Amino acid sequence: MSVQIQPDFSYTIPIDTVGVEERVSRLNKRSIKKESKLLALKLALSMIDHTTLEGKDSEGKIIQLCNKARIPYAPLPDLPPLAAVCVYPTMVATAKKALLGTSIKTASVATAFPSGMAHLSIKLADTKFAVEQGADEIDMVISRGEFLKGNYNFIYDEIAAVKEACGRAHLKVILETGELETLENVRKASDIAMHAGADFIKTSTGKVSPAATQPVTLVMLEAIRDFYNETGQMVGMKPAGGIRKAKEALQYLVLVKETLGDAWLTPDYFRFGASSLTNDLLMQIVKQLTGVYQGIHYFSND
Amino acid sequence: MTDRIEVLKTYKTYIGGKFPRSESERTYPVSDSKGNLIANACRCTRKDVREAVVAARASFDGWQGRSAYNRGQIIYRIAEILEGRKSQFTEELERTGTKTKNAVTEVESAIDRLIYYSGWTDKISQVFGTINPVASSHFNFSVPEPSGIVGIIAPDDSPLLSTISLLAPVLCGGNTCVIIASEKNPLPAVSFSEVLHASDVPGGVVNILSGYRNELVDSLTSHMDVNGILNAVNDENIVKLTEENGSINIKRVYHYTAENWLDEIHESPYIIHPFLEIKTTWHPVSS
Repeated sequence: MSVQIQPDFSYTIPIDTVGVEERVSRLNKRSIKKESKLLALKLALSMIDHTTLEGKDSEGKIIQLCNKARIPYAPLPDLPPLAAVCVYPTMVATAKKALLGTSIKTASVATAFPSGMAHLSIKLADTKFAVEQGADEIDMVISRGEFLKGNYNFIYDEIAAVKEACGRAHLKVILETGELETLENVRKASDIAMHAGADFIKTSTGKVSPAATQPVTLVMLEAIRDFYNETGQMVGMKPAGGIRKAKEALQYLVLVKETLGDAWLTPDYFRFGASSLTNDLLMQIVKQLTGVYQGIHYFSND
Repeated sequence: MTDRIEVLKTYKTYIGGKFPRSESERTYPVSDSKGNLIANACRCTRKDVREAVVAARASFDGWQGRSAYNRGQIIYRIAEILEGRKSQFTEELERTGTKTKNAVTEVESAIDRLIYYSGWTDKISQVFGTINPVASSHFNFSVPEPSGIVGIIAPDDSPLLSTISLLAPVLCGGNTCVIIASEKNPLPAVSFSEVLHASDVPGGVVNILSGYRNELVDSLTSHMDVNGILNAVNDENIVKLTEENGSINIKRVYHYTAENWLDEIHESPYIIHPFLEIKTTWHPVSS
């Protein structure tokens, strides 16, 4: 499972920022129409980690969220369910119960989300609690302060420790790229996370701006590709935060397809962390099927 | 510099407070009454309709949330700015074949019509709202609220005056709108968007598109996020299409055609009324 040789993280892989932006903008120009568009919209829908991470979350809201994940839009019962529901650890049991008998995963943020400013023992306890409550997936945050100080071993050890605490639950590592300043740092954090045992790498908590951007995602996808070529292990990708429009979601799918290929175009290896994206995808799907532009008031706000 | 080449204006659309070209990047020729080419206008598509509706929705809360008095001030401001650009609009109307005298009258009537409706903004709730006598110990009252986004299909005659006669009551009620300008004479409406831009109207409250009606009316009238349609084109197909599409999400559909837009019957609070919703509130009181 784990990789024997740990690379030297003090070595920085140079990133051509202009080149990255250029490639993203070129891939954004790709036009997806008709049947392909409908298929892509449905695929994107099935990749959503339907998320609520607010201080005011209640059991009732979680149950509604889970119902939305099971049946995104009642008039179209054939639509795929969403990939997962992502909540705080204290809400995991509620979500798990509401999702019983479905293929939808229960994901939980942990490790003092969103800042990660807590002692390792507390982070591990947070993680174990979420797993005990029934979480299938854990979204952890890295200590960005330590990372920016150059304390890469600290980050590596922390991720490895949390991975161990996760047991059988999948681990998604949130890099919080909005706080990492440069694309080189994004690449480095991605490499550390993957070598330390991440099943997924994720851009952001959604609490810091900028959240997910396409250049950052492309850099992370390339890190995943290189890691796969090196080790033969497939690591998943999850852009999160700020993706609200179906059009953007399709652009992300193009990035994945062009960087990693078809194998990654499944909910097992690619997710969107989003809440309002679901309704925009639904509106576009209904538009494709009926030819009529839709209004947000006709879609449940869960 | 005697052989100067005239700079012809490019007439663009007005969406969300900006002047983009059509998403299609297509234009169509606009001629004067004698058939001479005078300009090219944008040939908008359903995607421009979509953008315009998004802009109208985004600005709706802000526009509705302003005090009625402030909306009146803003509509008055449009009239003020238009007054200052009277000669430009007179000239533009003349170019489309209107006689000078009629062009002046049309522009002046348009200004006066804006002034008329600017006065109504803070009076409609007194006229259309009521206090209702009820049998229980409640204070019961009904007040008008805007319908939301209104799609306006403008006619070909009196292109400036008709557009303003349709627009002013819709704005007055607190709605935002998407206007499909006259297909034959779109230029005055498109130029009028510059007046809107220069006055205090927030971006997105009024959106103006030009193009072929048969390419735009369907997507505008069927759009689920549009709450009302004000149609001033007396065409059987457009009326039928509007009625059918309007029924999808039960839009307020109002057909309003005119023989003569100069007539004062077009100044009436009953043109504001079709795009108002009446909200009734029961407020408990101790007896």
